[in-house]
Amino acid sequence: MGSIGHNDLVETEEGIRVIPGANAFIMTLNKVVNWGRASSIWPATFGLACCAIEMMDAGASTHDLDRFGIIFRASPRQADALVIAGTVSKKMAPVVRRVYDQMPEPRYVIAMGSCACSGGIFNSYSVVQGCDEFLPVDIYVPGCPPRPEALMEGFMRLQEKIMKEKVRWSRWR
Amino acid sequence: MEPLAIADKLKKKFPDDVLDIVEARKQVGVILRRDHIVEICGWLHDDPDLLFDHLLGLCGVDYRPKGRGFEVVYNLYSIHNRHMIRLRADIPEDECWLDSVIPVWRGADWHERECYDLLGIEFRGHPDLRRILLPEDWQGHPLRKDYPLSPTKKTEWQGYEELKELSKALRVHGFQQESSNSKTAQHLVKEAGNGGT
Repeated sequence: MGSIGHNDLVETEEGIRVIPGANAFIMTLNKVVNWGRASSIWPATFGLACCAIEMMDAGASTHDLDRFGIIFRASPRQADALVIAGTVSKKMAPVVRRVYDQMPEPRYVIAMGSCACSGGIFNSYSVVQGCDEFLPVDIYVPGCPPRPEALMEGFMRLQEKIMKEKVRWSRWR
Repeated sequence: MEPLAIADKLKKKFPDDVLDIVEARKQVGVILRRDHIVEICGWLHDDPDLLFDHLLGLCGVDYRPKGRGFEVVYNLYSIHNRHMIRLRADIPEDECWLDSVIPVWRGADWHERECYDLLGIEFRGHPDLRRILLPEDWQGHPLRKDYPLSPTKKTEWQGYEELKELSKALRVHGFQQESSNSKTAQHLVKEAGNGGT
């Protein structure tokens, strides 16, 4: 057999080509890195209020986030995404920030629920009016609390967002 | 004992301290002068007919918009005799203090700290009168009626201002920038349009 010609490659998906018989794929590094990241989002949980109950339900067997490769981690050091589920009080805000700082890059933030998105009903002296006041939020999941399906939708939107990233696989992004 | 009977007994024992006895929906409240609150509570706790051994709750009320000072409300319950009474200690606005009832009920500790934290009522004789809910360097007492609902930049808690200042370093990644925000908004509108189909 001679060398493999361009015509022998089989394009299975846009930008992904298979070399038949060689068990090898050809794609851009962006694509493979983003695919890896989007398929194994490990979120650190930050349950702060009733939204945490819905988050637990989303992770439990009925909705089962594990089938998307989303496995909750109890440690921010092993996590890719931070799910801020609930009301962020001003006293808690520095703690949220500390958890965020402990996460390795690349890191993503999902604001779950009305309170984390905008302060919700708590227009008050002690509540942060949306955790995007001090954290870069990637995905907002509204609802009071959002149903598990809504959180799953949020995760899928995050996957879409990750798949669109370019050259974010080195330190110099 | 019936609540009114308890209130009468209390009035007989401390005629100078009981200002008024009010009844609302079969709940009896005894309004007291604040000076001998520890003695009164001690007597209620120890009297063999009453035995108020459980302090259900202790909270403060700001009655200044109604032209009065503050009030501290004690809800008492006797586990042994299964009866209740409510005490209301009257506190003038300019002398905002009260004696601590920790010698009578040890559990009053955190209740009094909360009352101090949110209303600024000083409990004299409290062993550890610190803020319990709010950060220690918080300014003001939020449950007072003259406290603003949402703080201005000037009156914001210093720790939160510091945090917001810290988060400005994240702007190199496009966080909180005008242009990126408007871009996101356009993006959202576009997505909402697509989502309907």
